[in-house]
Amino acid sequence: MGNRAPLPLTLTILVVVFAFLYLPISVLFGLSFNEGGMPTAWSGFSVKWYFLLFQDQDIIHAALNTLVVAVVSTILAAILGTLLAIGVEIRRRKGRLLETMIFAPMIIPDIVLAIALLSFFSLLDVTMGLHTIIVSHVVFNLAFVCSVVRARLKSFDWSIVEASTDLGAPILVTLRRIVIPVLMPAVVAGSLLAFTLSVDEFIIAFFTAGAGRASTTLPMQIFSMIRFGVTPEINALSTIVMIVSVVILAISQRINRGGLPGQ
Amino acid sequence: MADRKPLYLMTPALLWLTGFMVIPCLLILALAFFRRGIYGGIEYDFTFENIALVFDPLYAGIFIKSAIIAGQSALIASVVGYAAAYAIASMPKRRQPLLLFLAILPFWSNYLVRTYAWIVLLNREGLVVAVARALGYDQELPSLLYTEGAVIVGLVYNYLPFVILACYAPLARLNSEIGEASRDLGAGRWTTFRRITLPMTVPGLATGFVFVFVLSIGNFVTPALLGGGQFQMIGNLVYAQFLTANDWPFGAALSMALIAVMMGLLTLQTFATERASGGRAGEGDHG
Repeated sequence: MGNRAPLPLTLTILVVVFAFLYLPISVLFGLSFNEGGMPTAWSGFSVKWYFLLFQDQDIIHAALNTLVVAVVSTILAAILGTLLAIGVEIRRRKGRLLETMIFAPMIIPDIVLAIALLSFFSLLDVTMGLHTIIVSHVVFNLAFVCSVVRARLKSFDWSIVEASTDLGAPILVTLRRIVIPVLMPAVVAGSLLAFTLSVDEFIIAFFTAGAGRASTTLPMQIFSMIRFGVTPEINALSTIVMIVSVVILAISQRINRGGLPGQ
Repeated sequence: MADRKPLYLMTPALLWLTGFMVIPCLLILALAFFRRGIYGGIEYDFTFENIALVFDPLYAGIFIKSAIIAGQSALIASVVGYAAAYAIASMPKRRQPLLLFLAILPFWSNYLVRTYAWIVLLNREGLVVAVARALGYDQELPSLLYTEGAVIVGLVYNYLPFVILACYAPLARLNSEIGEASRDLGAGRWTTFRRITLPMTVPGLATGFVFVFVLSIGNFVTPALLGGGQFQMIGNLVYAQFLTANDWPFGAALSMALIAVMMGLLTLQTFATERASGGRAGEGDHG
């Protein structure tokens, strides 16, 4: 396909679908700069809603919480996920149980994992807070890091590793000198993906944050704000959150061409 | 290398997954067979009551309604997504990567924000109502937000890029010579599409459909935000059992039923895809 001149129908489909995909977020984006804050009347360009946002203590607090959760869970997931990916790919036997276990965190419904972790933590009498959110985020983050790194390992020439071990290098030296450098782009890309997933994740954080507002993350804050209706501040906050994830994932994509899951 | 060394590498992650995914999920499975305590706690005597309650007409009804909404969303997303993937794949080759990238880009932004964007559009003072008024529609408009339609639009919007991605890969792989051969032999565009293109790309379409369905049926955020407080799908029901009704065993039973439906569908889809690709390879041998 793709050799003939496009039909009018093809172009129409593209225009309609892209309008559907981009119109809602563009409206949001535009309204966040609307001076008057009215959803249907444009009264001039202004960044005042963004300024208001940075004076809102609740939002700053939630943003800092989100950053802590995302950074810590990403570091843990990067280490665990990369080691897992290497282990799985070195192994000659491929087990169905193992594959299911690694794939499960990516497809299990958030709500199910969320209530499972909530029940688990409360049964063990663990006081919930940022640490329980971090522990929970590592579960799906490590699966995503693992899948990105595995995609890269598929094209990896294992005979180099064999050569290295045959020449007497201990496994850790082989890892550090050969495997890790080759994998670095995938590890970084996978970590960036994990980071944005963690920044954006709402349901699991909501269930494992514990009582009170101390551990509120940004998506939790956004969710509670949205429920009370449309405000210019939410538009501004949404625009920032949206741009941050898209930029980070675009960088991740560039670092590791074609390595994101699903591609 | 020996087969033991990989185990050391995998151990930390596998322990983590066991401790914080497998065990909690098994716990939920067990919880589904316990009784709810009088004050909302859990009493540890074995019962099938919760499982039976899932099949109670009231709750089974919510299950069916969720399945219908998920089915409608998956159907719409599949048709639109396939059309979009087909359109992208028939554009000049050098334009395709950019178009595909632009189609997936919204998928990367925050799910809550993408859903919120529809509240902005559909609410009583939103853009859609304003446009309708400007076009001369001055009667009282029915509420657009907090309806089943809004939930479906939200689900389609959020998962459409996924279908485009799933359908694009097989469409782009399709050999253009087959289509040309078909047309040279006198088949029209439509016949070529129906007899050649569609059958060869059905696995991608099926993957897209099943994933949208699975992601939609257990969805909690979209019904909560676009369906309003009264609107319930299974995800919201599970949420309520844990955070408001305080009936954890029943919530656990509901989520197990949800997992069962999902696993059934995913297994079916894997099976169907394997059969489809096996069948095609067989045909190729004869041709």
